Amino acid sequence: MIRIENLTLGYGERILLENVSATIEGGQIVALLGRNGAGKSTLLRTLSGMSRPLSGRVFLDGNDVSAMKPVTLARTVSLVNTERVRIPNLYCKDVVALGRAPYTNWVGRMSDHDYDIVQHSMELVGMNDYAYKTMDCMSDGECQRIMIARALAQDTNIILLDEPTSFLDLPNRYELVSLLRDMAHRENKCILFSTHELDIALSLCDSIMLIDNPFMYFDTAEGMKKSGLIGKAFRTPGFDFDSFVRIL
Amino acid sequence: MRRTKLLFWLFAVIMVLLFVADVLVGDSSLSPSRVWAVITGNETDRIVVDVVLSIRLVRVVVAMLVGAALSVGGLQMQTVFRNPLADPYLLGISSGASLGVALMILGLPLLHLAPGSVFQSIGIAGAGWVGAAFILVCVGIVSRYVKNILGVLIIGVMFGYIAGSIIQILQYLSSAEQMKMFFLWSMGALSNVTVDKLFVMMPVIVAGLLIAVISIKSLNLLLLGEDYAQSMGLDIKKSRILIFTSVALLAGTVTAFCGPVGFIGLAVPHVARMIFGNSDHRVLLPGSMLVGINAMLVCDIVSKIFVLPVNCITALLGVPVVIWVVCKNLRLV
Repeated sequence: MIRIENLTLGYGERILLENVSATIEGGQIVALLGRNGAGKSTLLRTLSGMSRPLSGRVFLDGNDVSAMKPVTLARTVSLVNTERVRIPNLYCKDVVALGRAPYTNWVGRMSDHDYDIVQHSMELVGMNDYAYKTMDCMSDGECQRIMIARALAQDTNIILLDEPTSFLDLPNRYELVSLLRDMAHRENKCILFSTHELDIALSLCDSIMLIDNPFMYFDTAEGMKKSGLIGKAFRTPGFDFDSFVRIL
Repeated sequence: MRRTKLLFWLFAVIMVLLFVADVLVGDSSLSPSRVWAVITGNETDRIVVDVVLSIRLVRVVVAMLVGAALSVGGLQMQTVFRNPLADPYLLGISSGASLGVALMILGLPLLHLAPGSVFQSIGIAGAGWVGAAFILVCVGIVSRYVKNILGVLIIGVMFGYIAGSIIQILQYLSSAEQMKMFFLWSMGALSNVTVDKLFVMMPVIVAGLLIAVISIKSLNLLLLGEDYAQSMGLDIKKSRILIFTSVALLAGTVTAFCGPVGFIGLAVPHVARMIFGNSDHRVLLPGSMLVGINAMLVCDIVSKIFVLPVNCITALLGVPVVIWVVCKNLRLV
C-alpha cells in the first residue's frame, strides 16, 4: 500500500505537484498518466525513496519512506526505470538474482530458497528459457522482462515502473501490462507504472493516477474516463482530446 | 562453474611458473642455476643468497603486488563508472602522487631547500602517498555532494589536469638534472622498492584488496547503474567511499613506490572478462587479480631481458588490448 500525504514536488522555483494526497491499496495495477515533464518520473523516484520531496510524506506499507533504512526500503519497494541495461557476460539468471540482494549476505551468497524465487520470477515473466542467455544479444522486450523479473525477485509488495512499455511494439505492450496486471491481482501486489499509452491504461488498469500540474487525481479507470480530467490534462489546441478518450 | 575453477587453477599454475622464471631472470652475472640453488636451499655462499632474496625476490613480489593492485583497482573503476576505458588513475589519484613526487624532486630545489629537510626524510614514496591521499580527500568531498557519478568523474579528471599542469610548470622551471630524475621515476621502476619499503607497501596493498573484496556485492549491484543499485538496497555514498578508498590505496601506493605503471589497470580487467566470460565480481575480481599478477610478471621478465623501464613494456603489451576493446565496443570485430 502506498500512502501519499500532502506531497509537494518540484525543482527550485518550479513546482510540479502541490500538496497532493492519495492512497493506493495493494492488489491493483495503477497507470500514472501525465504530459511530458509533468513529473511522473520525479513522483516515482520520490515514492521509491530515491528523491526527497519539497514537503509532505510518503508511507509504504505504513512506514515513512524518509525514515527507512536502504535495505528495509529495498524489501518494500522495487523499481524498474527507463535505463536500458545491457551487461555483457552476465547470464539473465544472474541479473535476476541481483534482485535478491536485500536478503543475501555481504558477498551475495544465494540459498536454495533464493534460487527458487529467482526461477519462479523468471517463470512469471515467461523468460525461463533465457536463464543462460546474456542481455547484450536480446531484444528490448526481452530485456524489459528480465528487469521486471529482477524486480519480482526482490519480493516487494510495491513495484514501481517508469515507462516499462516505451520501447515495445504494440503486442508486447499489451502482453507486458496484462502480465503485470495478473501479477498484481494474483500476488496482491501494488503496481504503479508511468505510461503514455492511454488505451492500455484505460483498458487494462484498475485505477489511474493523473498528473495535471500542480494537481494529481486518483480514481478508478472507469471513473477517470467519465470525469473528463484526462481530456483537460492533455488538452491541445486543434485536437479534440475528449472525443478521443471517449472512443477508447 | 567447472570451467571457472579450471581456469583459476590454470592461472595459479602459470603464476607459479612465471614467478620462478622471473626470479631466475636478471641483469647481474648470477646464472639461473645458482639462483635455482638458492631457491632449493643448496647455495652456501651467503652473499649470493642475500642478493637473490633481497633483490631478485623482492622485485618479483613487488611485480605481483603491482599487478594485483592495478588490475583490481581498474576493475572497480570500470564498474563504478560503467566505462570500459576507466582505469585506476582516472580520478587523478596517480596525478596526485606524481604531483607529490614532482614537488619533492623538482619543487624543493626551486625553493632552495636542501636534502635534510622534512620532505626528504619521508622519501619519494612518502611524497607520492601524501599527494595521492590529498586527491582522494578532494574526490571524497566531491562525491559526497555531487550526486551524478559522471560529475564525480569529470571533476576527478579535472583534478588530474590541474596536477598535470602544476607538474609541467615545475618541470619548466627545473634544471635538466632534476628533470631527468623525475622523468626516470615517471617511467616506473619495480626495483626502487627495498625490503624495508616492501614491508610498508605490502600491508597497504593487502588492505586495499580486502576493501575491494568487501565491495564485491556493491560492485555487482553497480553493474546495473547507481539508480538500480540504490533501489536494491545499496548505500551509494558509503559504497562509493569504500571503493574509492580501495582504489586510492592500490593505485596511490603503486604510483608512490614504483611510479605510474600504465595500462595494466585498464587492460587486465578486459582480458579477465574475456577469459572468464563472467561479469560477476565474485569471479571477476579474483580473476582480474590472477591475470594481473601474471601480466605483470611477464612484463617484468621482458623488461629485465631487454633492460628497459617496465612502463614501456606494459604499454606495448597493453595497447593492443585497448584497441581490441574499442573495436569490440564499436562492433568492428
